[in-house]
Amino acid sequence: MDKNISNDRKKYLRKMKTNKIAVFMTQITIVIGFIILWEVLANIGIIDSFITSQPSRILNTFMNLSQNDLLEHLGVTCLETIIGFVSGTILGIIIAILLWWSKFLAKVAEPFLVILNSLPKIALGPVIIIWVGAGMEAIIVMALSISLIVTVLEILNGFLNTDKELLQMAKTFNASKLQILTKVVIPANISTFINSLKINIGLSLVGVISGEFLVSKAGLGYLIVYGGQVFQLDLVMTSVIILAIVAAIMYQSVVILGKIVIKGQK
Amino acid sequence: MKEVLEIKNVAKTYQAKNGELEAIRDVSFSVKDGEFVSIIGPSGCGKSTLLSIIAGLEKRTAGEVIIDGESVDKISDKIGYMLQKDSLLEWRTVYNNVLFGLEIRKNKNEENKAYANELLKKYHLEEFKTKYPSQLSGGMRQRVALIRTLAVKPKILLLDEAFSALDYQTRLMVTKDIYKILKNEKITTIMVTHDISEAISMSDRVIVLTKRPTTVKKIYDINFEIENRDPLNCRKSHKFSEYFDCLWKELDVHG
Repeated sequence: MDKNISNDRKKYLRKMKTNKIAVFMTQITIVIGFIILWEVLANIGIIDSFITSQPSRILNTFMNLSQNDLLEHLGVTCLETIIGFVSGTILGIIIAILLWWSKFLAKVAEPFLVILNSLPKIALGPVIIIWVGAGMEAIIVMALSISLIVTVLEILNGFLNTDKELLQMAKTFNASKLQILTKVVIPANISTFINSLKINIGLSLVGVISGEFLVSKAGLGYLIVYGGQVFQLDLVMTSVIILAIVAAIMYQSVVILGKIVIKGQK
Repeated sequence: MKEVLEIKNVAKTYQAKNGELEAIRDVSFSVKDGEFVSIIGPSGCGKSTLLSIIAGLEKRTAGEVIIDGESVDKISDKIGYMLQKDSLLEWRTVYNNVLFGLEIRKNKNEENKAYANELLKKYHLEEFKTKYPSQLSGGMRQRVALIRTLAVKPKILLLDEAFSALDYQTRLMVTKDIYKILKNEKITTIMVTHDISEAISMSDRVIVLTKRPTTVKKIYDINFEIENRDPLNCRKSHKFSEYFDCLWKELDVHG
């Protein structure tokens, strides 16, 4: 850092820093305030902790993780999400490459993609269960069906929007289609890949949880449904909170992965 | 001097849903070894199309393009093509950008790499070899793009409005630099431009095209009789404004 920074610059930097701290502190205060309010209202009986649960009971449930198999359920959900996410991404990229390669194929596929994209994939649930069986496979297929089409469209769109001048430049050297793909289109679209990974991880989780709602015997989605049916709101709330944390961790991992890849490219 | 490029009765008609468009009717000219030829014409007259046809990027409807005595109708190894934008790949270093053409043509051997290095050194870019394009100025980027094109050792260089994306100051400097490089390396050059003064200051001959459907209107020999000619000292010559007036009338912008 430059040591000879002007006073104005110092003031500006300080202001930026205090602003950042203020935002963070406000966020923390909202969370803590919410938790305290929830706990207190439940304790004095203004809200019914039987149907809303309360932070101390959630913490209790959380502490007894092993007793109610939370860890095992968590593992199942994570595994399903990761399999769905990875296969959705890889398949999506392959399909996008095929559609980029052949304009004819892309034109033929267009209306099908549009319809499949707007169709709520959850409606396919019963079909999937009958076709692949009521187990983990069905859940993974559900995650895949939710994330795949979006991935294909997102990546294909990125490919097609690659700077025309770059393609033209490569053509002046008589580049083959494969060379254009590997040396220009793919490296130019690294940020498209990362964006689609970010969208994908969220969608895979949606697919897994809705799949678990429908068929499973394990997983966080199963716990939430089960907890609801037996009126154990503590279990439901704890599962939802763990799910939120898992989702955040998975998303952040993708963000960090993206940063590493972009750095690695340079 | 022998002729390295001959354009014989080239024509181009575009087919579209709503009909045909005759872009180029009949264009013929030839270029001698080491010559710098500019092509100017009213906007939309198919200058760039003509260049794409010479490069083999676009199919012509009729006529012939002869390079070094051989009739050519696809992308030729003897041609280098530089576009308006530098089109450097942001994820590659300057050095790897320069090697891009060699890589595509599968010519990345030690000899060619040494030549690329020599060019970088000669044109003051060696210390930026490991930098990324985003760290360079517009003028430097354009020079890197030129070296990328020259690294594949083309006989003929085509410049398609190659400087028009630069601001005026940079543009004057870059045209001077690039002119020197081209003369040093004895590269035959055909430049398409809409800038009359740029055409005069760099060329040995200027070809004026008509409106669409395009034919050759007139070919001007430009001769400044200046020793160590470069685009900047040409601009100071009294002949410059004479040529400018001639070409301006020839283009007949208001007609």
